[in-house]
Amino acid sequence: MQTFTPATEADAADIIRLATAPLQIEGAGTKSALGRPCVGDVLRSTGLSGITLYEPSEMVISARAGTPLADITDTIAAKGQMLPFEPMDFSQLLGTVDQIEGRRATVGGMAACNLSGPRRIQSGAARDSILGLRFINGAGEIVKTGGRVMKNVTGLDLVKINCGAFGTLGFLSEVTIKLLPIPQKAVTFVIKGLEDAEAVGVLATALGSPFEISGAAHLPFGLGRNISRTLMRLENFEASITYRIDQLRKLFGAHKDINVLEGEDSVRLWRGIRDVEFIAKPQANIIWKISCAPSNGPKIMAELRALGGTHYYDWGGGLVWLSLEAPHAEVVRAAAARFGGYATLIRAPETVRAQIPVFPPESVPLTALTRSVKASFDPRGILNFGRMVEGI
Amino acid sequence: MNAILFPIPDANILDKRDQIIAGLAQIVPFENLITTLDERRAFETDALTAYRRMPLAVVLPRNTQEVSDILTFCHAHGVKVVARGAGTSLAGGAIPLEDSVVVGVAKMNGVLDVNFADRTMKVQAGITNLAISGHIADNGFFYAPDPSSQLACTIGGNIAMNSGGAHCLKYGVTVNNIFGVKMVLMDGTIVDIGGDTMDAGGLDFLGLVVGSEGQLGIVTEATVRILRSAEGARPVLFGFEGVEAAAACVAAIIGEGIIPVAMEFMDKIAIEICEAFAHAGYPMDCDALLIIEVEGSEIEMDAQLARIVAIAKQHGVKVVRASQSAMEAAAIWKGRKSAFGATGRVADYICMDGTVPTSQLSYVLKRTHEIVRGYGLRVANVFHAGDGNMHPLIMYNVNDSAEQAKAESAGNDILKLCVDVGGCLTGEHGVGIEKRDLMRHQFSNIDLAQQRRVVGAFDPLGLLNPGKVFPLDM
Repeated sequence: MQTFTPATEADAADIIRLATAPLQIEGAGTKSALGRPCVGDVLRSTGLSGITLYEPSEMVISARAGTPLADITDTIAAKGQMLPFEPMDFSQLLGTVDQIEGRRATVGGMAACNLSGPRRIQSGAARDSILGLRFINGAGEIVKTGGRVMKNVTGLDLVKINCGAFGTLGFLSEVTIKLLPIPQKAVTFVIKGLEDAEAVGVLATALGSPFEISGAAHLPFGLGRNISRTLMRLENFEASITYRIDQLRKLFGAHKDINVLEGEDSVRLWRGIRDVEFIAKPQANIIWKISCAPSNGPKIMAELRALGGTHYYDWGGGLVWLSLEAPHAEVVRAAAARFGGYATLIRAPETVRAQIPVFPPESVPLTALTRSVKASFDPRGILNFGRMVEGI
Repeated sequence: MNAILFPIPDANILDKRDQIIAGLAQIVPFENLITTLDERRAFETDALTAYRRMPLAVVLPRNTQEVSDILTFCHAHGVKVVARGAGTSLAGGAIPLEDSVVVGVAKMNGVLDVNFADRTMKVQAGITNLAISGHIADNGFFYAPDPSSQLACTIGGNIAMNSGGAHCLKYGVTVNNIFGVKMVLMDGTIVDIGGDTMDAGGLDFLGLVVGSEGQLGIVTEATVRILRSAEGARPVLFGFEGVEAAAACVAAIIGEGIIPVAMEFMDKIAIEICEAFAHAGYPMDCDALLIIEVEGSEIEMDAQLARIVAIAKQHGVKVVRASQSAMEAAAIWKGRKSAFGATGRVADYICMDGTVPTSQLSYVLKRTHEIVRGYGLRVANVFHAGDGNMHPLIMYNVNDSAEQAKAESAGNDILKLCVDVGGCLTGEHGVGIEKRDLMRHQFSNIDLAQQRRVVGAFDPLGLLNPGKVFPLDM
């Protein structure tokens, strides 16, 4: 197995055009354990690095795909800006920290995996803030889609389909992202001692209030504390935060055990929720991500209680992170499906990911579309062949 | 002598019109099939009224199954299909072809489910944008994207064009507010895409379908995100002596990290036209007007406005006028939202829709006036300044074909300028037929061919809304 690290977009295009067998598409490889295992020489984007445009007054940044994500977050933080969608760092969860010493997650990998953290409920996913892409399709052609302005409906938008395509449709070479100002202040309103269903009800009330909750999570009993914690994050200017904490106290006055976290205490908590720290250990366990309508989160977990394991909720209940000793794929997927949800296998040994579909199996017509759309980008099956669906 | 060409109709299909109508009559009741010349005339154009084509027939199905049956029939007979919501497209996205059947979704306009706990609502494609918000307003909720045509336009059309509106600076455009759709492919296959969840897994077909201008399928149902309304909203008028000062103020506000819920711009001609129509109290002695809306509680609005006013003063603002009542606030927005209609009372116009980086606003405004003046015409500018989405309204006389050609040339020059400064041809109206022939100015042939192949993955025969978006030689 060979590894290519082209220094230019044109070189990358040549490698793909001349390839006669599938290539594994990677950034730094911190998420190479996500998705189905696939084979072939490795084509890395890390040689394509550097910020190509940053206009703070327009809240937009462009960078070559191999640029370390941390370089981008540092650069924009210096100007008081941030990525709206709060992408997670999976290197702890996936145990790739030690294996790839010296290599750091890239902005291309972030886009390809559509990484979106707690602020998803307010500001959307990565795909909602990524304004433009340059990518190389399976024929080795350099394609651009979208642009650098936030309102753009010119032509068929190929940005979103490439976000979350895990490199199966294109080798990303440049990413343009819309930014947001870092709020003056962030605090977390905590209610302790609630059961899952009760907690998700509280979060629904908060999210249905006018107070612009930017994080809504529930950590059940045993995750870090011997009491459950229901968490609501407020991010805004000082006067607004003061007012809204008062309003939340009125709204939830019936609950006795309330406190407010500020500063690093609040920041650390949301980082842990974002990066799935609370259930990352034991490392041998399987990790599932279940997406559902928020009120269905506790219903799905009630059905899965017999499996044991540990879990917590983000996105107001609409995202359940679940750690189990064994995959129990059929049981997990059936419970999710019963409530219109989707279960994705985030961490499992390679042998398991080769046997069990990693992404939720789709209907017959959607599978047919997946096949035809893949062929429209990559007719020869060169790019991350089989990474998402076996044989596609 | 209209400039934009249409594909040449297929004579075989035109000859088979009676057969096609007979087939459609097997699928929908008599009253849902429109065949007479007089009745079809209502469907021969959309809001790009300078162009019109009479379709073979218009079908108004009542449910998803009927849509599927119609498409199955048309697919089997090689008949082109143009989907239609309310026909408010400014880009000609819903203009029929002479050898096509129009499938209108207007009869499917119901609310299927409202879920306040999960903040979603399931609707049929023919419901109007405003009716969605209207249905939940008493509960304090709303659907965010608010195109100016929201009284008439349908969610189906909004999805096809990825519509925006004045308030998407904060809340995003259609694609950011849709969780799932039920869609019928050209061969009649019914697919469910997404659902009521924030993530679905698998490829993001939803992100592909929204904004696909009716070329991937016909959406019959949608699950939309609904939001709790802010405690209050206050639009404030900021009048400036010079256009440049107003544009610089917009950039400074965003640069300061403030994102108001809306920032709308009007130049002098637009102010005069809108004030004459809406009597909103716009200051008449200014060259440029910003309508900036903040929302939240009284304390929050006061705090945010204080910061905005301070920035505006640094940019020499001449007049600052906050709405004192709900009625005044409504009048301020009525003036802005009726800008197109009010202009239409003064002259015929074409409305451009390019987006530019906000740092380029004042340069592009200056050039816009120079370009239009160069053709001997007048232009009013009223647009979404916060996101750089410009709407020059180029006024002309529709009965003077030479003047129409000049207006279209001026519009094309402006759009090319938008692309050249780093923007795009269309921010929220779509390409349709109007911007189709300019696509090569923004995209390479490779870019366009890739888009075309993806359309082909959904509709291999190219029967859905052909002749739109892509240059005709593709």
